[in-house]
Amino acid sequence: MTAYRLASGGLVDRNAPLDFRFDGRNLAGFSGDTLASALLASDQLLVGRSFKYHRPRGIVTAGPSEPNALVTIGKGANSDPNTKATVAELYSGLDARSQNRFPSLKYDVGAVNGLLSPFLGAGFYYKTFMWPAAFWEKVYEPIIRKAAGLGRAVLERDPQSYEKCWAHCDLLVVGSGPAGLMAALTAGRAGLRVILADEDFRLGGSLLGETVRIDGVYAPDFAETALSELRSLPNVTMMPRTTVFGWYDDNVFGAVERVQKHVALPQAKLPVERLWRIVAKRALLASGAEERPLVFGGNDKPGVMMVGAMRTYANRFGVAAGKSVAIFTNGSAGYRTAADLVAHGVDIAAIIDSRADVSEVAPDGVRVIRSASVIDTKGRQRVSGAVVERSGFEQTIACDAIGMSGGWNPVIHLACQRGAKAVWSEDLKTFLAPDVGNGLVVAGAAAGRYSLAGCLQDGADKAAMIVADLGFSASAHTAPVVDGEIDPSFTALWYSPGAKAKAFVDFQNDVHVKDIGLALREGFGHVEHAKRYTTNGMATDQGKLSGINATGLLAAMQGISPADVGTTTFRPFYTPVAFGAMAGTSRDEHAAPVRKSPLHGWAQRNGAVFVDSGLWYRPAYFTQHGEKTWRESADREVLNIRENVGLCDVSTLGKIEIFGPDAAEFLNRLYCNPFLKLPVGKARYGLMLREDGMVYDDGTTSRLSPEHFVMTTTTALAVGVMSHMEYCAQVHWPDLKVRFCSSTDQWAQMAIAGPKARLVMQALVEDDVSDAAFPFLAAGIVTLKGGVKARLFRISFSGELAYELAVPAGLGDAVADAIMEEGRAHGICAYGVEALNVLRIEKGHVTHAEFDGRVTPDDAGFGRMVSAQKPDFIGKRLSTRYGLTAADRMQMVGLKPVEADQHIRAGAHLLREGAKPSTLNDQGYVSSACFSPTLGHAIALAFLKSGRERYGERIVVWDKLAGAEVVAEVCNPVFVDPGNAKLNS
Amino acid sequence: MASLIHCPHCGIRPKEEFSIRGDASLVRPDPAASDEAWNDYVHIRSNPRGRYHEHWQHGAGCRRWLVVERDTFTHEVFSVTDAASVARKAGR
Repeated sequence: MTAYRLASGGLVDRNAPLDFRFDGRNLAGFSGDTLASALLASDQLLVGRSFKYHRPRGIVTAGPSEPNALVTIGKGANSDPNTKATVAELYSGLDARSQNRFPSLKYDVGAVNGLLSPFLGAGFYYKTFMWPAAFWEKVYEPIIRKAAGLGRAVLERDPQSYEKCWAHCDLLVVGSGPAGLMAALTAGRAGLRVILADEDFRLGGSLLGETVRIDGVYAPDFAETALSELRSLPNVTMMPRTTVFGWYDDNVFGAVERVQKHVALPQAKLPVERLWRIVAKRALLASGAEERPLVFGGNDKPGVMMVGAMRTYANRFGVAAGKSVAIFTNGSAGYRTAADLVAHGVDIAAIIDSRADVSEVAPDGVRVIRSASVIDTKGRQRVSGAVVERSGFEQTIACDAIGMSGGWNPVIHLACQRGAKAVWSEDLKTFLAPDVGNGLVVAGAAAGRYSLAGCLQDGADKAAMIVADLGFSASAHTAPVVDGEIDPSFTALWYSPGAKAKAFVDFQNDVHVKDIGLALREGFGHVEHAKRYTTNGMATDQGKLSGINATGLLAAMQGISPADVGTTTFRPFYTPVAFGAMAGTSRDEHAAPVRKSPLHGWAQRNGAVFVDSGLWYRPAYFTQHGEKTWRESADREVLNIRENVGLCDVSTLGKIEIFGPDAAEFLNRLYCNPFLKLPVGKARYGLMLREDGMVYDDGTTSRLSPEHFVMTTTTALAVGVMSHMEYCAQVHWPDLKVRFCSSTDQWAQMAIAGPKARLVMQALVEDDVSDAAFPFLAAGIVTLKGGVKARLFRISFSGELAYELAVPAGLGDAVADAIMEEGRAHGICAYGVEALNVLRIEKGHVTHAEFDGRVTPDDAGFGRMVSAQKPDFIGKRLSTRYGLTAADRMQMVGLKPVEADQHIRAGAHLLREGAKPSTLNDQGYVSSACFSPTLGHAIALAFLKSGRERYGERIVVWDKLAGAEVVAEVCNPVFVDPGNAKLNS
Repeated sequence: MASLIHCPHCGIRPKEEFSIRGDASLVRPDPAASDEAWNDYVHIRSNPRGRYHEHWQHGAGCRRWLVVERDTFTHEVFSVTDAASVARKAGR
């Protein structure tokens, strides 16, 4: 036993023991522990294996920058891989497993990589596994991926729930340490709406691990007093367990709140995590500073830890990192920790100081070795000694833990996320936040103010400025007085020379000093290149510890200033955020809403099999009498409509009500064909073009009164057409007196098609629906028997005698039932979109399979519809350009196979007989194809060069995907009733 | 993640409620205008770095088309105006 729980001290609740498991072992900690502090208290120093060399690794930090102590918490679908033990709040029943080891943490087969390490330098994979190329994907990568794994992603469905919220405030304070607390107090007292967010489960930041007195009060008590005052202010919201991970446009901050990550059994009524978007008038970044590791030989052994972490574990958690601790430092931080550890009764083996001139005073009896460095460490799975070199002489100092301190890196991540670059400070030997305007102000240690008094003062001062800026007034304050302050200065030490073992820069990705040197020698010396070449800073910790050291090393190796090297790019997220939190409640049906037609229930009762159509569910076909395939059902439906009558739900078509004195003029400009003189009571097929002359959408528009039209659009473009119309009305022609709104959801619409359609309709409608009274393309309001007002349109997609009946959505179900009831004597059937599609192909009617954005009205046979008389309409001008009027454009034709039993598939290309398949020889393509039960063979619609001149010609339908070639005859695309006798019957 | 647009009709709303169409400085030419004018209007886009006027529609709000003046590099939004009022001012 070396690491252990101190007999007293710390902010853990020693009366509240908690049981937990690590790799199957039952361990115990206290309420207030992190998993890491509880593991240390149980002397579990070894917590993971490194990424590449599988070296044993221990806890290095006490916070979110932890590179090594990554564990999987939870079981099965509830596992969270790559969780940092240093921030995981301990709870009773927590079950954690180490990662990246096989078969066990202690005996890891992959450690053989460590023996191979001379061959595994930076860029090794790229260089070694380059040839043969095919091997990369199939052989090398799977093996490498298996060997170099972190935690495993869970493939099961995440049973936890998440939510997303917005919050608004005058001031967001990020971090609840000395600067953040004083800022929140200053702003809160002045009456600002303040949000104080901190990633820790306990607010107070570094004050929780401090031993000094502030205004005569022990630092954690000072924090508690401040926090209770903040809690009493109704305008202050405290958000512990909340990581502000990103700074976005318009001063919106992303934050994730771990609502129930610290409980064994989450309550169902609360989310496990909550993603916040915080709209802050101002923000104050008080995220503190990260201690910089020292790069020395053997610095990755379990037991080597940041001195600040050692201090936090001792003071806040009552845990000693070792019984005999050596400290390697280049500044005062090492002395402060030594003093605290001595006060806790821990033996300090030595303080090794890289500096020659030292003003700090070591605790009584502690040996200080100046101008010295650690060049190697002893021990395998935990450190047992430090090899110290001074003036060419080496000595081994026995110890069971080594603290290291290389100075401080302000945590400026958020301030650099929107493109501004960190600025090197030669005075402070560190990178500081750029000036990013008054939306985000950096304070305290994050701004390079390392002394505690300085942090308290800076937080209060900067908040007071914000208070005044926002028009509030801050009450005068006196800066708290700190007893026992130390001078936090340090000298930069990027590399401790003379290393006799690997000196690691990035612990998680196993990047050591020589890798950085190699990157530089091979021309990858730019800090961004070096990062990618060595993978330094590319692990889950994103270089929180390693990034600045890599910059310092690149600078030192070239003899230039770190200012000339710069940092890599800071991007959200500050720490990893679960996808679940980002999805929030947008899962399953909440991710993509389900749109159901008002006739959905009717369709279900009639045996519909549904198909997704955008967000809609549409009946594809209706199964009857043990039909086994969709074709059986669809063929029956088609034949029944050609012989009797059928009912199809067409409610999903877009419907737009258009009103106003200029409604007709508006439509006339919108459609390529004329609408100005459409009589009241008439429907007209309309083609909308894009401005480039290609067809955009089609549909029928009916005039119900002089100033009221109702338009239908295709299902797919209902939203797009609406937006297009709004654009035209508001941007192109704002002076037209026209208003419109979507009524797609307000109407249930049914197509009743077939020779017996009129018999059915007349039984339902009071009005006369005879051909004389209600001819083809009639449209109007009718009264159903029983008194319901409905809209009736004599339009046909199937080519049969057909009506479309629209009733208020809530009545759709009942009306559809009534039609089926009336139609039973006439052999009515329900039909779905499969039959609808066959019927329209037989009739040569187009859909978006034909109007694919490359087709002009003339290509589809609608050339004569395009008005030459109208002065203007959308698409008019470019319709006439060369290319859109060329004689060899592909024109819509019909195809039927020469041998009647052969099939044609949509997407096939057309070739002259004997021609080789090539782009040059391409004659066109098949847009729609089906088996026609009416004709008894396959038919297709296709676009063929100069197609309308080529009826009767034989053409090869070449389908590379299906490996089929079919000879077909080119024909008129209207296969059924080309004279429209049925339509007009 | 987020950014906010000050809709002149609905107030400050998240950008997810809007859809972007593109250059708002383009004016639909007269039907009799030259081929070049029409080609420029339909096909040619400048894609500048910096200040840019764009048409945005507040689809999940008032459904109005808006002219959003913003910096394509910094994403700073300088102004948001109803497109119809801009068109009327321009004499359309």
